[in-house]
Amino acid sequence: MVLGAMLILTVFNVELGVKAFSVTGYSMKEMILVIPPIFVLLGLLDIWVPRETMIKYMGEGSGLKGIILAIFIGSAAAGPLYGAFPIAAVLMKKGVKFSNILIFIGAWSTTKIPMFLFEVASLGTKFAVTRLLIDIPGILIIAFILSAVMSDDEVKKIYDNAEHFDD
Amino acid sequence: MESGDKILDIALYVVTGLLLAFSFYKDKQKTKKALKKAWKAFENILPEFLVVILLVGLLLAIMNPEMISKIIGEKSGWFGVLLASVIGAITLIPGFVAFPMAALLLQGGAGYMQIGAFISSLMMVGVVTMPVEIKYFGKKLTIYRNVLAFLFSSVVAFVIGMVMSL
Repeated sequence: MVLGAMLILTVFNVELGVKAFSVTGYSMKEMILVIPPIFVLLGLLDIWVPRETMIKYMGEGSGLKGIILAIFIGSAAAGPLYGAFPIAAVLMKKGVKFSNILIFIGAWSTTKIPMFLFEVASLGTKFAVTRLLIDIPGILIIAFILSAVMSDDEVKKIYDNAEHFDD
Repeated sequence: MESGDKILDIALYVVTGLLLAFSFYKDKQKTKKALKKAWKAFENILPEFLVVILLVGLLLAIMNPEMISKIIGEKSGWFGVLLASVIGAITLIPGFVAFPMAALLLQGGAGYMQIGAFISSLMMVGVVTMPVEIKYFGKKLTIYRNVLAFLFSSVVAFVIGMVMSL
């Protein structure tokens, strides 16, 4: 369907259409570069890290330790946001608490350490630090609201879904 | 600005390669299983990934930096913030391109508030990546998360606007 839209665009505006295809080539290259290591990492994580360990550190009752770990793992990440979702699925398989999954995704999306350094360089320390300081409570609040609006059944369905992502 | 991107890619590969080599050294069978799992997980999401990549191509062709700076470049106030959030939400630009671009927009006359909104929604809201997100988290959570992140961008804009004017 999207391919169709691009072909139609090309018919109406050849220049724009060609550009769309060349940008697609570029993002394809980006995906081919970034995606394989992310999936290899999640495969290794799945095989080597025991479920009990993950539950202990990030599962129900992991408290502040789990929250800090979720922020840290998310912030240490590289790659676009869509890379976070497959990793989150493995974390769910390993019994990580739902709110910690949401915090992990929030951290991955916006508090990545390498990005922060780059933000300081481009937009200045004041801008980058201010953003970081609002983002951390923001991530926690969003995770809290999301956990509240999702019923136990709905959360269970998401976890069941994650269970079947590699078969 | 691309060199930063490359360093990250290389770091990702080096770390993954080392872990993979260590895993292989420890247990060949387990490593094989891990790679099989990696491939299966990838195969499952591949159709959604392809849709996202085509959408990104389509949108970036229309919403190029010149276009974006035209829209939020000189406008200020809350309408500019709203527009900046919308543009950030629907585009998908890597941070290593987005930050220098934001710096250029600032020089071009955009306010800190708009840039704060743009950067924030760019990173946290992903309209084009929704097909991938929905496959993992379902429609409800995906929509709620993106809407909340979008609203949060305005909060970021407000605080950044305030702090930067101090």
